[in-house]
Amino acid sequence: MHELSIAMSIVDMAQEEAERRSMHLNAVHLELGALSGVVKDALLFSWEVACNGTLLEGSRLVVKDISIEVYCPICQMPKTLPSMQWFCCPDCGAPTPEVIHGKELTITALELRQ
Amino acid sequence: MNLEPRMLEVRRNVLKQNDVIARALRDRFRAQGTLAVSLVSSPGAGKTTFLEKTLTLLKPHYRVAALVGDLATENDALRLARSGAPVRQITTGTLCHLEAAMVEHALEDWDLGQLDILFIENVGNLVCPASYDLGEDLRMVLLSVTEGEDKPLKYPTIFNSADAAVITKIDLAAAVEFDEPTAHANIQAVRPGMQVLKVSAKTNEGMDDCLQFLTKALTERLQKTQV
Repeated sequence: MHELSIAMSIVDMAQEEAERRSMHLNAVHLELGALSGVVKDALLFSWEVACNGTLLEGSRLVVKDISIEVYCPICQMPKTLPSMQWFCCPDCGAPTPEVIHGKELTITALELRQ
Repeated sequence: MNLEPRMLEVRRNVLKQNDVIARALRDRFRAQGTLAVSLVSSPGAGKTTFLEKTLTLLKPHYRVAALVGDLATENDALRLARSGAPVRQITTGTLCHLEAAMVEHALEDWDLGQLDILFIENVGNLVCPASYDLGEDLRMVLLSVTEGEDKPLKYPTIFNSADAAVITKIDLAAAVEFDEPTAHANIQAVRPGMQVLKVSAKTNEGMDDCLQFLTKALTERLQKTQV
């Protein structure tokens, strides 16, 4: 369970941005890939604890799930995988080792307090 | 009245700090001609036994060393040191994985120019280590026959992040009715094309193939360094 330390990193980064711009934040938006190795529920559970005593206390973490997208060498185009247990093209069945998306762990936006 | 929240777009990788250190380590390994190999597995899959045997067999011919991560105790470092290779323990306390900064710190007074292969044994855990790049050239994921054939399907993230899989304890395969074709199929399902080695560090079965795999990777590394 490394989600608490990940949550604390997110808080640090968001706090740094907020301080630099002298703003307060309502929410932090995050892209979370299915292959990031981070569990969404555990991250959300850790969020409140990580925010305690910081400028982000009371803020929300808004998580956008990013599916696994691979490149199919036979269809010659990106495909979204319906399952993490089967890295094969959902249309033609070819093995698809090349991962394009799904490893994201990225802060994409900060929601400012009005 | 505008009820739309005011949004500030940013784009920041949460693990950037780790990735920056990992990249610097990778550059150092490359510049010095050192092959860095990390080992990940669940606790008890046989990382330390496999590594002790690997170090012992490689040591007469190559300059090898190891870093070994554990939450507590120096037991694994003591076991690995029996091979005669330089070994350093990284004790993580409560942390369930190694991070690039720990590797950087552990290497502080080591001359990488004196090393052919550096092994990094991660904390036994098939979840958290997947997220952290350690600057390694090769990540080997170990799966013991006693764990069951479906481990790759249960932990696809770490298997997908690895460069080679090693099935360990094959001397016990028959006793636990290990279904090898299914294990292979499951590994290929989550990481198509990944090389799979099988080994018993106890009987030495398969060790030759593992050593060949490592020395081939080292030769390729040295060729790249010389270019």
